Amino acid sequence: MLTNPQEVIICRCEDVTLAEIRQLIREGYRSLDELKRLLRCGMGPCQGRTCLPLIAQELAAHGVPIAEQRWPTFRPPTKPVKLELFAREDDPDG
Amino acid sequence: MADTASVVIIGGGIIGCSIAYNLAERGLRDVVLVERQFLAAGSTGRSGAGVRQQWGTEMNCRLARASIKIFEQLEEMLDYPRSIEFKQEGYLILAFTPAEARQFEANVRLQRSLGVPVTLMDARGAKEIVPHLVVDRVVAATFCPEDGHINPFLATDAYARAARRRGVDIRLWTEVTGILVNNGRVKGVHTNRGFIHCPVVVNAAGPYSQLVAAMAGVDIPVYSERHQILVTEPVQPMQGPMVISFHHGFYCQQTPHGSFIMGVGDPHEPKDFDVGHSWQFLEQVCARVRELLPGLLKLHLVRQWSGLYNITPDAQPILGGVPGLEGYWMAVGFSGHGFMLAPITGKIMAQLILGEQPEIDVSMLGLDRFERGELIREPSVV
Repeated sequence: MLTNPQEVIICRCEDVTLAEIRQLIREGYRSLDELKRLLRCGMGPCQGRTCLPLIAQELAAHGVPIAEQRWPTFRPPTKPVKLELFAREDDPDG
Repeated sequence: MADTASVVIIGGGIIGCSIAYNLAERGLRDVVLVERQFLAAGSTGRSGAGVRQQWGTEMNCRLARASIKIFEQLEEMLDYPRSIEFKQEGYLILAFTPAEARQFEANVRLQRSLGVPVTLMDARGAKEIVPHLVVDRVVAATFCPEDGHINPFLATDAYARAARRRGVDIRLWTEVTGILVNNGRVKGVHTNRGFIHCPVVVNAAGPYSQLVAAMAGVDIPVYSERHQILVTEPVQPMQGPMVISFHHGFYCQQTPHGSFIMGVGDPHEPKDFDVGHSWQFLEQVCARVRELLPGLLKLHLVRQWSGLYNITPDAQPILGGVPGLEGYWMAVGFSGHGFMLAPITGKIMAQLILGEQPEIDVSMLGLDRFERGELIREPSVV
């Protein structure tokens, strides 16, 4: 079992470690939205499905109850899709 | 105990944070910055975050050039432990009509006279800089290697932390609900967390600037408009410069992270405070990608979102105070390019507020220009 926070990957999409998250929480950041913007955790293809609940627990352990945490906005698409799917043969702008 | 401040800055985007830092850096104490959500939650964090000096008006060129010079050494200036991820690999701007090419020639003459290292080139030159670009219909292009892209969250964070270390009180989740004015003087700011006595208030509220101005009884000729944007999966570095076409209202940049961000302007976007998103946007962007950068169609779309431009009649910001209203200042109406002008804007606003000579004379960007009708419209906007 990994116990070194520098080796524990919390966000698999963007390679963010537990140590990086704890460092920013120590520096005073207190929300998922701020951590997401500074570290990219939750900005990858899974949009935080895996990491955000884990980070919410870390914030809770540092005094921010989960019930008081605001969830970052979930953006389309639900799953990544290739841009070519949207490039129609008939150009919408002519 | 009474809550008092020397200055209350409204807005925790990069403009507000830059003003806060510059005031505190000049020794002003008791500066408070209020932000309705968290830092960079509004237009700053939603922007494409490109920075360029290739503008069509002298004022925008000068403000942008001065800002890039500050961005180049921002980490050092602010003693920021992280990188703001400044990717300085240029902007390639494409012309698709002879009229546009003539405008570019005039722009380049202006830009070079102001020291901007920009080059005018033909389609072949553009192809050499971005090999995967389709240049069949490109008439001309301009390239400035000093332009680029910066991480807007980290740049804002850098300013905010430096401001805090100099004593600025940054209050998140604090929304302004009113501004108290008495006998033509600002007296304080009402917020959802109470009243703050202050003789000076700075409107740096981005897309909500007109609402904040109205609280002080000031009417400003701006409106907010949604602009949409998307980001792809990260891939190996393959595109150095930002590619822009004003003709298509399209821009596309690969960030240092490897992802591409791109957007397209739509004249039918809602002109209110809507930050939703549309399927049509994806089709519009991808039509442009197919035409200009078809190699990118294989990339996966990861996210789409939107943010608000705060637009003035001449697409240039409103900087300064209001005659007859002592203590009210504003840095608003950046019309989609506020992020890149933030470093010099913060410095100039601090100088104006403290009664110093501003580094660049911005009197022509005052609110009174709209009454006088002395508008010089910026032609180079997406």
